[in-house]
Amino acid sequence: MSRTIVLGILGAGIALGFLPWLGVPAFYESFLYLLFHWMILAVSWNILSGYTGYFSFGHGAFFGAGIYATAYLAGRAGWPFLATVPAAILVAALLGVVLGAIVFRVSSVRGELFALLTLAVTFVLATVILNTPVDGGPGIYLIGVDIPVLGPSQSASIYMMGLITATLTLLISYWIYASKFGTGLFAIHDDEDVAEVMGVPTYRFKLYALAISCGLAGLAGGIHALFVSYVTVSETFSITVPLSVVLMSILGGSRHWIGPAVGAVLITCLLYYFTSGESAVLGRAAVGFILVVVILFMPAGVLGLVSGWRHNKRVRVAAEAAASAAPVHAAEAAPVARLPARRHIVAEPLLQVRGLSKAFSGVKALNDVTLEVYKGEILGLIGPNGSGKSTFINVVSGHYKPTAGEILFEGQSLAGQDAHRFAQAGIARTYQIPRPFSHMSVLENVAMVGMFGGGGMSRAEALREAQTFIEFAGLSHRAHALPDDLNLHQRKFLELARALAARPKLLLLDEVLSGLTPGEINEAIEMIQRIRDRGTTIVFVEHVMRAVMALTDRIVVLNHGALIAQGDASAVMNEEAVKAAYLGKAHA
Amino acid sequence: MTLPSLNLLSQSILSGFFIGGMYGLIGLGLGLSWGLLRQINLAHFGFVFLSAYISYHMASVWGIDPLLTLLILPPVFFCIGVAMQWLLSRFHISPFNSLLVTFGITVMIESLIQYVWTADFRKLQSSYGEEKFTVGGLFVPVPELLTLMLAIFFAFAIWAAMRFTDLGKAMRAMAEDGPIAAAFGINQRLLSFLLSGACVALASVAGVCFALTFTLTPTQIFSWVGVVFAVVMLGGLGSAVGPLVAGIIIGVSEAVAMVLFSPSWAPIVSFSLLILMLLFRPGKA
Repeated sequence: MSRTIVLGILGAGIALGFLPWLGVPAFYESFLYLLFHWMILAVSWNILSGYTGYFSFGHGAFFGAGIYATAYLAGRAGWPFLATVPAAILVAALLGVVLGAIVFRVSSVRGELFALLTLAVTFVLATVILNTPVDGGPGIYLIGVDIPVLGPSQSASIYMMGLITATLTLLISYWIYASKFGTGLFAIHDDEDVAEVMGVPTYRFKLYALAISCGLAGLAGGIHALFVSYVTVSETFSITVPLSVVLMSILGGSRHWIGPAVGAVLITCLLYYFTSGESAVLGRAAVGFILVVVILFMPAGVLGLVSGWRHNKRVRVAAEAAASAAPVHAAEAAPVARLPARRHIVAEPLLQVRGLSKAFSGVKALNDVTLEVYKGEILGLIGPNGSGKSTFINVVSGHYKPTAGEILFEGQSLAGQDAHRFAQAGIARTYQIPRPFSHMSVLENVAMVGMFGGGGMSRAEALREAQTFIEFAGLSHRAHALPDDLNLHQRKFLELARALAARPKLLLLDEVLSGLTPGEINEAIEMIQRIRDRGTTIVFVEHVMRAVMALTDRIVVLNHGALIAQGDASAVMNEEAVKAAYLGKAHA
Repeated sequence: MTLPSLNLLSQSILSGFFIGGMYGLIGLGLGLSWGLLRQINLAHFGFVFLSAYISYHMASVWGIDPLLTLLILPPVFFCIGVAMQWLLSRFHISPFNSLLVTFGITVMIESLIQYVWTADFRKLQSSYGEEKFTVGGLFVPVPELLTLMLAIFFAFAIWAAMRFTDLGKAMRAMAEDGPIAAAFGINQRLLSFLLSGACVALASVAGVCFALTFTLTPTQIFSWVGVVFAVVMLGGLGSAVGPLVAGIIIGVSEAVAMVLFSPSWAPIVSFSLLILMLLFRPGKA
């Protein structure tokens, strides 16, 4: 978190707070209020939808819930306005949390389906309000409601409310952006399954983000009820709100904390300048045209462009630094750092798996597997393709829930729990096909795991630590690059660095060597040995037998989901069952 | 709640089918470009209205038979669709940015309509407009029937084309995995032009039907977005028959809710239905 930015937001808020006392015409206050209004709505939408990628078309519902909470309580029930504001926030947030608690349980409701569902909720809510005594049809007047005095005039008071809320919204948006919570949300955006496996409590985080987003929309609604002073269902729940906030956020840049605010200012001003003149119709056409042109040339939004420049600059600086520091090395190989060796034990079991089964609608991918992994060892897990090795990794990392059986890690049962619990208990994994978070730099990818994995570090701490692991994996010259800019070898090592940053007790390596050249394999084998030397227990799934023989202390062989042999590497490979599994039975 | 007569109920179910046909016809082109081109084309609604206004103009001012405009407008709109696709593919637009670009295009169309035809209500007066006949005590308005029949015809024609022709198979392959399809010799660029053109041509067909049935006003463009989006996603993105079926389901449930409760309760039935289907039968879209 940068103090400058927080102070900047506060300073701008305070400076604008003097405006009503400078004798500006009421018209400007109203215009600026509308600006704040759209800023709040767009920024609050972005906290869920921009950060996590769950595009909602239902912002109008939460905004409307806030409007109607205030309108009903102040206009009909006679509450003082300020007392209705908490109610507006609560009603909207509660609506969001109830919706989220149901929707986020259904893992297939992502992307378009989530957008549709939230849109449908808007219509349902509008119908309910229209047909029940909350509104009943004619709309609600708030003419008689007293406006709390915050400025020299009524319009100034509403302006001040908009200003205070907008400042608060920006502070919250920035705080989330720069916090561990926000990092988790961005990880969900890029790859939710991986985020969960890396230790992000995705369900809870999405729910928090939704609650904050809805609560702020409700707050904006409560104030807006006072501003419009006559509330109707058709105005409140029209498609304008959800559509505008989406447009503003994309235009400004939805991966940035202030992007939606920039978009809100641009669109509101554009609409004002072009439609207030004589040829309002042509003005609107001009707004449409400008939108098209801006998005064609700036697809990441205004602030996306800015962060793009900054990113490129950082990458260039890092590359130049690497080039001048080590002119002999090719860009591929930065100096490999050694981490201090730690204790090395073999005795008690770290992981115990009993009777583990996993079935996919009839197909038994794992069938009654019982095995133990001892502290400090490297256990090789081998078997022909389709034998259940990857399923084993997926179950033991918590990604799949087992159909039957027990998983005991350090004596504690983990089976049936969410994947982030596995990560927090100290289990980390790599993916056979690397799955980095594509919008995060190498450094952020590694740091993210430090924050949410077994280490549970703060953001600042994790960023510091991540440097070490990146050096260990020989990627320090690419720290600021995005994963898409890496080659396969580098991406595999990024997977390793990420798994290490979790400071795991148990590391599950899923075919880290596949696709690497013989030279790269040697490098990787050496690195795995060094990881083991630090005291990490490793389960090593691999087809490259040379590596299996060189690294493993023990071997387990799976075939058709069942365990067929285990023990010392060379002994196991000579067992008849194992030969049969790999080569087929001799029928002669 | 009073039970309506059987006749009233069946009449409203019939009208649900008709409005469902309209939903399906508008949703067809929208869903195809969403599912196969990965573009959320808000301008689809703009094109529907533009076509409705042009056919209104042709019929009312130039005295051309509205059914004849069904032959004139689609080819013209096909070209518009190709031009739009050229623009979007030239700049490699992502799905959610396509929403933004096409929103801008829609605003431009809306302004154009307002500039040419003003914001007043317009109604196409034609010999078909008021024509009705009775089948077993039920009124069947001709324009609505035409809409439904066109919706059914296009849904099944496109379904058959996607399933049985090489062109259709190529389009499905392209939607599944563009680069791989290209590697097997499929001309993605040409296909996407064709598809986008066809979708916008479908919008123009829906527009003519729209002009025959409804009173036109430019601000209505966005009031159709919600329900047609729902129809498309319920029916399955990229599906040809899905939007029609979903449109009829939503249309009928709305119409039944109107007679059973009151017209203002109608949306809750269709959208609650939608929410339940999404939660309990997920993975359809």
